[in-house]
Amino acid sequence: MAWTWFHRLASPPHVYRTAGRLAPWFAWPAAILIIAGLVGGLWLAPPDYQQGDAYRIMYVHAPSAWLSLMVYTIMAVAGGIGLIWRMKVAHAVAAAAAPIGASFTFATLVTGSLWGKPMWGTYWQWDPRLTSELLLFFLYLGYMGLRAAFEDLQRADRVSAVLAVVGVVNVPIIHYSVVWWNSLHQGPSVMYLGKPTMPPSMLVPLLIMFLGFTLFFGAVLLMRLRGEVLNRERTARWVAEEIGA
Amino acid sequence: MTPTRRRRLLLVIGILVGVSLAGGLALSAFRQNVTFYFVPTQVAEGKAPVGESFRLGGLVAKGSVYRKPGSMEVHFMVTDLKHEIPVEYTGVLPDLFRENSGVIVHGKLLPDGVFLADQVLAKHDQYYRPPGIHQAWGIRHGDPRDPALVQEAHTAPLHGSVVAATEYAK
Repeated sequence: MAWTWFHRLASPPHVYRTAGRLAPWFAWPAAILIIAGLVGGLWLAPPDYQQGDAYRIMYVHAPSAWLSLMVYTIMAVAGGIGLIWRMKVAHAVAAAAAPIGASFTFATLVTGSLWGKPMWGTYWQWDPRLTSELLLFFLYLGYMGLRAAFEDLQRADRVSAVLAVVGVVNVPIIHYSVVWWNSLHQGPSVMYLGKPTMPPSMLVPLLIMFLGFTLFFGAVLLMRLRGEVLNRERTARWVAEEIGA
Repeated sequence: MTPTRRRRLLLVIGILVGVSLAGGLALSAFRQNVTFYFVPTQVAEGKAPVGESFRLGGLVAKGSVYRKPGSMEVHFMVTDLKHEIPVEYTGVLPDLFRENSGVIVHGKLLPDGVFLADQVLAKHDQYYRPPGIHQAWGIRHGDPRDPALVQEAHTAPLHGSVVAATEYAK
């Protein structure tokens, strides 16, 4: 059957082994791309005509922000699949993704704040973009806290999945906050109205960083997923065979 | 898809739709409170709060910056290219503060029409370029003739840029 690969995704030992096999294919390209992107962004790209070298924090800030949104969306989709199909592996994906997403959100807030002080003149303002991103951070923390609050894994899975699905409404709000409202934050970077917002010498390293960060997330997710699956299946025989052998 | 799964799917979609609707309604109801700054035209039309602190956003009008000698006091005009509001501020200005560039000031509108600011923030846009390119165009950053800004104002009236906000205020 053509759907065998999909159904096998519901099998914890299969997921555990596949994740282990795939992880290096994400980790190594991620390392190479991030190093290349950093060299390109921090050394090769020219300084900005207005912000000078300060704009270079963008090479960490923008990919982190992108991932803070993408990881939450993945978490919500995985949570939804878990709710509808009662698929344990989907809940495991969501649970494994949450701390990574929270870390990227934290990195976004910190780098944004460090960028804001010299350029805007403030570390923090209760601006729509900044506030909605902070809300995202609290959603991640809430998700993780909610999971931890339940003894019973199944209840933790279901209740936290509902929170993940509810909170995903915030994702488009964050993205469009700079379009819908007056904001201190500039508009969407990279492409705007189908045109790049910066010359290739600045854009290419940024795109490399986007790809590198995304692959890095993939690698960490796969490794965390292995741990999550192992922990959930700790009484199963295949785990004993896998570990104890 | 089994009936139970379809029911759960509908439930999840229902949650999503419900929350989006509630969120959308709440946000549109609080639209005024979400306003991070007002543009000079809105102030001129009396849409900004009177006697209360608020933020005023716009471009620093070209040639309007005056620094009082021997002090930290600075005067300038904030414009949205239709209306101008004089601003008075004493303190350190952000690095990106310059004429023809975006600025957001926090303070109060005095009865004589002067905006007394207690904080000045610089707003930059999402366009990055190496030095020299914009000079080749003969256009300064933030200039309303900047093709990027003009484009923005015409196609995205709600965009957070100052010129776009002016368009919107009309």
